[in-house]
Amino acid sequence: MKHQLKFVDVTARPAVQQRRKQDLASFEHTFRSEIMSVQPLTEMETVYRIKLIDPAERRQFSFFPGQFVMLEIAGIGEAPFSISSSPSIRGEVELCIRKVGNLTNFLSKMGRGVHVGIRGPFGTGFPMEEMHGQNILLIAGGLGLVPLRSPIAYVQENRSHFREVNIVYGSKSAEQLLFTYQYDMWRKDDINLNIILEKAGPSWKGPVGLLTKSLSEILTGRQREFYHNTYAIVCGPPVMFKFVCKMLNEFHIPMQKMFVSLERRMHCGMGKCCRCNVGSTYTCLTGPVFDYWTVMNLKEAI
Amino acid sequence: MLFKTFAKEELKILFEIIAAHNRVVGPVEKARDRNNKPIYAFEDVHEFHDIQLNYTTTKLPAKRFFLPFKEDLSTFKIEDDKWQKSIDYNIDRPVVFWGLHACDINALNKLDKVLLHSVYPMPYYAAKRKNMFIIGIDCEPQPFCFCRSMGADTALHGFDLFITDLGEKYFVEILTDTAFNFLRELKTADALEEDHILYMKKVDEKKKQFTARIDTTDLTKILDMEFQSEVWHQWGDKCLSCGSCSNVCPTCYCYGVEETVNIDLKGARKTKMLYSCNVIDFAEVAGGHNFRPLRHNRLKYRYYHKHRGFVEAFEESLCVGCGRCGETCLAGITVSEVIASVKTGSKE
Ligand SMILES: Cc1cc2nc3c(=O)[nH]c(=O)nc-3n(C[C@H](O)[C@H](O)[C@H](O)COP(=O)(O)OP(=O)(O)OC[C@H]3O[C@@H](n4cnc5c(N)ncnc54)[C@H](O)[C@@H]3O)c2cc1C
Ligand code: SF4
Ligand code: SF4
Ligand code: FES
Repeated sequence: MKHQLKFVDVTARPAVQQRRKQDLASFEHTFRSEIMSVQPLTEMETVYRIKLIDPAERRQFSFFPGQFVMLEIAGIGEAPFSISSSPSIRGEVELCIRKVGNLTNFLSKMGRGVHVGIRGPFGTGFPMEEMHGQNILLIAGGLGLVPLRSPIAYVQENRSHFREVNIVYGSKSAEQLLFTYQYDMWRKDDINLNIILEKAGPSWKGPVGLLTKSLSEILTGRQREFYHNTYAIVCGPPVMFKFVCKMLNEFHIPMQKMFVSLERRMHCGMGKCCRCNVGSTYTCLTGPVFDYWTVMNLKEAI
Repeated sequence: MLFKTFAKEELKILFEIIAAHNRVVGPVEKARDRNNKPIYAFEDVHEFHDIQLNYTTTKLPAKRFFLPFKEDLSTFKIEDDKWQKSIDYNIDRPVVFWGLHACDINALNKLDKVLLHSVYPMPYYAAKRKNMFIIGIDCEPQPFCFCRSMGADTALHGFDLFITDLGEKYFVEILTDTAFNFLRELKTADALEEDHILYMKKVDEKKKQFTARIDTTDLTKILDMEFQSEVWHQWGDKCLSCGSCSNVCPTCYCYGVEETVNIDLKGARKTKMLYSCNVIDFAEVAGGHNFRPLRHNRLKYRYYHKHRGFVEAFEESLCVGCGRCGETCLAGITVSEVIASVKTGSKE
């Protein structure tokens, strides 16, 4: 058998545990996790609290606000979802998921105790520590509030590190507002919550119109110093980015202080399937969080 | 690198030594086209005489042996609400690739950069790539080959053994000790000065045979500048969005993932399928928004990924100039014409 080629077994694990990003075995490894609670928010959106089952994996699992995970249901599918919970809680994530198709509809029929798979966390996050000592604008359109809930939790837990904090949240109608039960808590932590609806029912007393209307009210007539020391985080549907970023730019919020989270189709989260490419930048690796300067330099980004 | 020569009859002996204990894949004649010209394909071979050493090119690259069009990433055993996942990289023994041309070896080297040597290396590819024994062979440029423009007309690494036909004998480049050990069984001779001269003459002749070429000078910048160019619309009008170009491309690796439940409901599988960025829903997301809704958006993206993005990331383009995409395209879209048109601003 002298001339039989030797089979190289790449599954043979090296003695030292390598970093997750280099380790071959981590590619398809899913953290077995359990749905701990299911909380419907609206007709379309539900919040799932999902906890890793293995205690050792749970200790190791941490993330930055803005990152996402891949959620898998065996035989149904796997898809990316933004983490919508506080980064100080390890081994557990909250996902707020809208019913749009195969996996998400199936999920909406699942209850507590069901086992799902989690991979990640993937992608870049918002640089929260860099923002210490600054004003923050959190701008969300529709489902865009979901990824913002993680930086909001961070701000609440570290409120003294930030100056003025404003949330600008635009929604189609009052029925579609997400996380209504948290609004009072945010306000108690001295976070200004500005909600604007596109279409208001008779019971709505707040402003009506597009999100940019509220935003311009907040930004108009400030000291120059305010604009220079403000970070903005923008999440929402693709059309929204253009208008919001244009306005922030007109008020001279520095481009490196404006962060957007881009959504793309994703089938791996690891820079391999190419589905998420903008130009030739992998949204799953270099994003989903980008500063506006980078976005401007990407073709077809927004 | 070590250089040796051996008489032509020896190659069959090498095959028999290797094939006795290993799986061998090589170019065979699969069928004839309507002009009675052979159509070649990479297939498992068991007899030396089945290998077509002077094959022109294959319609499909050898990709299916290391990036299968369809491959299970994992399988599940399901019981009630619980499941057990098992992962298999779908290879159990090494494969000998007998007679890859320089372009196809270079294609592997390019794939290595993104699938092996970047963050999150892909084990399904790694397991197969690490279990290859590659024998390269010299080739004759076809009218559609522009590998020379892409710097892919010679392979400097990524193989074990490379043989060049010098008429009476083969000139051999030996890159690995595994290859060296195989060659111990043959009657070989050290390459002499006269062999070197013959080899260089052969290379020189090959160089003169290229007819297709593209000018890659400043190509990344030009593509950046010409992003809005009208020519993209003209090519987009022709493109059928069929995805065949990616299918036959030795460097295209994009994919999609799908999960299915087995018919007995006791198991499930997660399957990876190669995909093409020219297909309409490649970049469609939830809510129905499509980031590249039009044919020209997608065709352009394919060129930007290959000739701009990959260059920015890895200092080389994701195209080896094998010309397979142009030969396959029913709309007659070729890389050399597309690139030339972007430079002149007109398709004609
Ligand atoms: C970084 C990121 C964060 C996200 N965060 C959230 C979130 O917090 N909450 C939420 O509800 N949704 C989020 N999404 C969208 C979510 O991934 C899709 O809703 C989900 O993939 C739909 O899966 P499905 O099987 O239900 O739909 P399918 O039946 O597969 O298809 C329905 C629609 O979804 C699109 N789609 C399919 N697969 C993907 C995919 N892998 N990525 C994007 N679109 C896809 C299809 O083009 C189709 O239009 C996020 C997407 C990304 C990229
Ligand atoms: S793009 Fe065309 S010419 Fe280039 S490697 Fe792929 S198939 Fe060959
Ligand atoms: S370029 Fe040609 S092969 Fe590729 S998708 Fe368009 S028509 Fe099909
Ligand atoms: S999601 Fe696969 S490459 Fe980004």
